[in-house]
Amino acid sequence: MSYLTRASPLHAARAAPASAYCAALVTAILLTHNPLVLGALAVAIATAAAGARAPGRVARSLYLSLPMALVVALINPLVSRNGLTVLARFGDWGPFGQVDPTLEALAYGAMFGLQLALTVAVCALWSAAIDPDALLRSLRRVSFRSALTATLATRMVPLLAFDAQRIAEAQRTRRRPAPRTLIARAITTNALDRALDIAATLEVRGYASASAPRAARAPRSRHDLAFAGAAAAIAALALITVLLGLAPFDFYPTFHGSLASARTEAVSLAFVVLAAAPFGQRRGIER
Amino acid sequence: MSVLELHELTYRYPGAAAPALDRVSLTIEEGEFVIVAGLSASGKSTLLGLACGIVPHFHGGTLAGDAEVCGLDLEYNGPAELATHVGALFQDPETQVLMGTPRAELAFPLENRGFDAVATARGVEEAALALGVSALLDRRTNTLSGGELQRVALGAALAGHPRLLALDEPTSQLDPVAGDELLGLLRRLNEEWGTAVLLAEHRLERCLAAADRVVVLDAGRIACDAPPSEFLDWAHGAAPSLETPAARLVASLGLDPPPTGVKQARATLARHNLLPPAGEPPPLPRRERRSRRTEDAVLRFDGVWHELDRGPTILAAVSLAVRAGELIALLGRNGAGKSTLLRHAAGLLAPTRGRVSATGHVALLLQDPSAYFTHERVADELPPAELKAAGLEHLGDRQPRDLSGGERQRLALALIAADEAAVLCLDEPTRGMDRRAKAQLASALKARAAAGAAVIVATHDPEFAAAFATRAILLAGGRILADAPPANLLAGGWYFATETARVLRGHAGALTPDQGAAALTAWTAA
Repeated sequence: MSYLTRASPLHAARAAPASAYCAALVTAILLTHNPLVLGALAVAIATAAAGARAPGRVARSLYLSLPMALVVALINPLVSRNGLTVLARFGDWGPFGQVDPTLEALAYGAMFGLQLALTVAVCALWSAAIDPDALLRSLRRVSFRSALTATLATRMVPLLAFDAQRIAEAQRTRRRPAPRTLIARAITTNALDRALDIAATLEVRGYASASAPRAARAPRSRHDLAFAGAAAAIAALALITVLLGLAPFDFYPTFHGSLASARTEAVSLAFVVLAAAPFGQRRGIER
Repeated sequence: MSVLELHELTYRYPGAAAPALDRVSLTIEEGEFVIVAGLSASGKSTLLGLACGIVPHFHGGTLAGDAEVCGLDLEYNGPAELATHVGALFQDPETQVLMGTPRAELAFPLENRGFDAVATARGVEEAALALGVSALLDRRTNTLSGGELQRVALGAALAGHPRLLALDEPTSQLDPVAGDELLGLLRRLNEEWGTAVLLAEHRLERCLAAADRVVVLDAGRIACDAPPSEFLDWAHGAAPSLETPAARLVASLGLDPPPTGVKQARATLARHNLLPPAGEPPPLPRRERRSRRTEDAVLRFDGVWHELDRGPTILAAVSLAVRAGELIALLGRNGAGKSTLLRHAAGLLAPTRGRVSATGHVALLLQDPSAYFTHERVADELPPAELKAAGLEHLGDRQPRDLSGGERQRLALALIAADEAAVLCLDEPTRGMDRRAKAQLASALKARAAAGAAVIVATHDPEFAAAFATRAILLAGGRILADAPPANLLAGGWYFATETARVLRGHAGALTPDQGAAALTAWTAA
């Protein structure tokens, strides 16, 4: 979870429009239940990750979120009583009651797991492409302390990981290695020490007297406008799709909806095009 | 006009039995360069903390007496108010750089003070130009070296043009090159900007020449407050462990006045016709001849490479044979590969090519002894017999992290079974140590070698290397550049050389003041 310095349109955009773009993608993911549209959003995210030159980071986040997505997919049929196509009858499982997993509940769980994995992927894209310092500056007038905490977390996570590695190495060289619980406590103590050092640095940099800066108007670059426009368009399309039922799909009691209708395909294609469009412009970003 | 004024000031940390500062009266004028000297735990850091307000406002405790910083009463004004007038820099560069880029780091204190975008941008550019970090402004801070981070932190401290700069051992974690660069910057800022500097430092020989005054603290009290030359006169009789090597060299020859730096020392020697002419530095022996004698080695590196996956090469074809009883100083800049080499010796890392072999246990003490402690009491870390053997039985009830630097090191050495090791490796053991503690450590290492162990110490401190080593190895870019007796290596360079060697320009390979005095006596007799 750290910022990657890359020459890409998303990196070149300011923190606010770039964050809005990622937020719009998450909105679209959470609002749709249609598997085809979700698939299209997956393609859109992959395109954005490639455009932001951070495909490895996004792929790794998908890999890491996969177990959680699988757990969600597998738990839903065990706890859901919905769906008509019973896959197996496991009988009474005590506190869980009658467990009869259905195909619909399994598919709904898979859809939910996919939503989770895609949301994590967008977060990975956001952390890789949006400079936390720029975000702190843009949020300074709104919520300075929250933004500062986020910035410090981004800076400190690798440092604390390095500390933990250092402590683990030291323990390996002891004659009698300490139990894991004690090592965990030592790592926590070290993190608290680091926190104190950082707090002292914040103090001497005048953090406690931080005042809201005067509003500054900076010109918007072509990338700012492109990502702000794409964010607005993606969010609007997601809302319109839900409100007008352009790509309806329900899992319960049985699958019904337009999985492959012309409207659904058009909506899916539109998401991919809107997400990819701001990456088409590469003027003024090569460093 | 004074930037710091203390009158009969006494400060006690919460729960402490003795005061950290005891009836201290001190005035620092605008534009002065003042060094705060003293042994560990003498109150130096507390005085620095007081100057920037984190004492007592961040640490708590009780304060008596009067303290004014840049005209602000310390009782009613904390670090936030003082930040406008005082810049502060501490030891660890990692926890002083908070933002993702140097540009954001330099802007942070200005933005906190409500500067608008234009004033902030101007302040950032000026600080960056003054410190020579313009090229670093848009790099990610996690890609900067320790020296670069410390310069960025200094830039953040300076960005608002403070009247007083308080620095607590800012070079303790830097290699000699980066340390000298930082001290050079401080000198320039003091001379050109008129910023008053209050600098706590153990290695006085590095900064004494730039100072206007030296304030010596002893158990929280001011033991000496005088210009550098008078301080050295005082130290010669009252606190020899604070005397610089050049001053000791000149004093041992019976000359006067004590020099504050290399240039003055040479001038004094030249005045008495005692300065040998500059000659060729002592030759470095050919490494091939040494490395062939490997049959009696207790530790061997055979063509060891350490190449990071999708990263740089840290060690490149390192071949090395270490024999029992050898005392080896491993020198080199930050990032030269010293720590990696020691980790390979201890088996913490596996070579990507080549082989490391040892005939017995290899004990490794990493840079921070606190990393070894897992309990709340010293007595819980070790069985009573081992605690007694380490000479720490009287500290059984103390929290290990609260011990002094030397005590923490002894406890960590006991935890890694240093007494039983065939090879004892120490990674930067003298960071933040005063000269007395270093002398004790050098004696302990010599005793271990006399008992048959091989000792390898990675260090940035040439004076310490000269005090203990029988062999010196210079690493750069993961390769062994030189492997020679210390007299050959440490007398022939500039950065990796002792002050005595620099004064005498490598004459007769003299490294310590005693060796230097003996060499000069022999030279004049000849």
